[in-house]
Amino acid sequence: MKYNLAKIKQFLGFYLLRFCALIIIAILAFILWDIISKGMQVINWEFLTQKPRNGMTEGGIWPAIVGTFWVSVVSVVFSVPIGMFTAIYLNEYARQGRLIRIIRMAIRNLSGVPSIVYGLFGFALFTLMFNFGLSVISSGLTLGLLTLPWTITASEEALKTVPLAYREASQALGATKWQTIKTNVLPYAVPGMLTGSVLGLARAAGETAPILFTGVAFFWPILPGFPKLLTQQFMALPYHLYILATQHHEILKVRPLAYGTALVLITLIILMNSAAVWIRYRFRKKYK
Amino acid sequence: MTDKKKQKVVIRLFKEKIIEKFFQANGIFSIIVLLGIFSLLLIEGWPAIKELGIAEFLFNPKWNPTSFVKESYGILSMVVSTLMVTIGAMIIAVPLGIGCAAYLSDVASRKTREIVKPIIEILAGIPSVVIGFLGIIIVGPFLAKLLHTSNGLNAINGSLLLAIMSLPTIISISEDAITSVPKVYKEVSYALGANKWQTLLKVTIPAAMSGVIASVMLGMGRAIGETMTVLMACGNAPAFPESIKSSVRPITSTIAIEMGETVQGGLHYSSLFVVAFVLFFMTFLVNLVSDIVLNKYQKVKR
Repeated sequence: MKYNLAKIKQFLGFYLLRFCALIIIAILAFILWDIISKGMQVINWEFLTQKPRNGMTEGGIWPAIVGTFWVSVVSVVFSVPIGMFTAIYLNEYARQGRLIRIIRMAIRNLSGVPSIVYGLFGFALFTLMFNFGLSVISSGLTLGLLTLPWTITASEEALKTVPLAYREASQALGATKWQTIKTNVLPYAVPGMLTGSVLGLARAAGETAPILFTGVAFFWPILPGFPKLLTQQFMALPYHLYILATQHHEILKVRPLAYGTALVLITLIILMNSAAVWIRYRFRKKYK
Repeated sequence: MTDKKKQKVVIRLFKEKIIEKFFQANGIFSIIVLLGIFSLLLIEGWPAIKELGIAEFLFNPKWNPTSFVKESYGILSMVVSTLMVTIGAMIIAVPLGIGCAAYLSDVASRKTREIVKPIIEILAGIPSVVIGFLGIIIVGPFLAKLLHTSNGLNAINGSLLLAIMSLPTIISISEDAITSVPKVYKEVSYALGANKWQTLLKVTIPAAMSGVIASVMLGMGRAIGETMTVLMACGNAPAFPESIKSSVRPITSTIAIEMGETVQGGLHYSSLFVVAFVLFFMTFLVNLVSDIVLNKYQKVKR
């Protein structure tokens, strides 16, 4: 009898756990379904390629797409090299010691700093102190700092997958540390590091709080050419969604446009994340 | 060895040293950024602390820096709002997250796990502004109907959304912790006649406890620092929250709303940096606790 009770408990218990997982999947499915079904209705060529018109009640979101693209690029160009070099130091050069412990602690803490605090920091440092003003550069650098812990961690993961024997073989032949890293470690780790940077790109594209005070604009349809654009204010997809959802004077009228913006944003992010997963998958298969 | 060869070796070694220093400098950059954030918040916040005193921030019950009669700078109402929304989120997310983690590590088949894990990664990737948007459009009206309030933008709404945002963190780290419990522990339990469920409850989860606690702390840190969701879904009334049904304005929302309206160098500007410092400190503490717990757990495992 007692045996049976235990069995029933196990049966119910496992169902409870399965139910937890199902709820989470249901939440995600609902979010995606809601945004895709309502967002699809406004998505067309015009929505993707035109500027907003008539107080943002008509037209498209092209400037926001361009803005999000450029801040993300600036952030990745800034954070990926530093992230890679830091990972190389931590994984290849560093021996256990005080400095390493402090660096690792700093990285862990940075990954926990709230995005709005990065926003304030970027505002005080880049916008005001360095006098970059409200611009793509200020915002991009702020986002770069925010994504730095992620790029470091991803790069380190990539370096760890390279077998120790590759390094030992090179050093046994008399190669120096840097020669070993250059010829026997990096070529195998770069695809994995790429994954990290794509993930960083996806994260930077979705963040709103860090760009609030550093350069994003309510309405900025002017799109100058490449270098000039970096010093100007910009529109961004997440901020555009925030404006359409909360700050617009005709909030019900622009709701479909908000759904469209949300759909474009999550599509971009899911595409980038899938690309990262795909690169990682290919890479693992190759070196196993 | 000839002199020329010797010279070559010396140059080589010198080059190596410089390359190492270059990588080291990049590592140190992270420390500089963390110290930079810490000190810049202090420097910019210092004028307000000097002029108003810490007591004004901590004990004045009201936050109203733009009042025409008498400005007040009490941060208590927003700290309470942040804690309220965060604790609410944890009440929802902790059982769900740990349940899901236990399911993935001990119940699900390998194939299910390979499908569910990417799904959770997708959830982690959804931007906070999108979650906040759905909070306004879907959760809000639903709560308004349920609670008979004029709108559903309140602390409960924020808690629900923050629960969704912190779930991926809790699940992935808990799952790692539960999976890395040594197999021997379970086998001993089975050998004593316990079934899988009893083993999970009485052996595996307790053994993974520190990792699970760390995951909860990290999820909590994420909820405390989350800006856009609470800004959009909590209603933003700057008063002291009366109940979980009232509209609240957590620390992050206050900074997001007011920073744009301040005059640079003014008292309001400076006081917002004090507020940000408090937020920074709160998340720092939460992360520190998770760090300590996780370290302990790694030592036990060895």
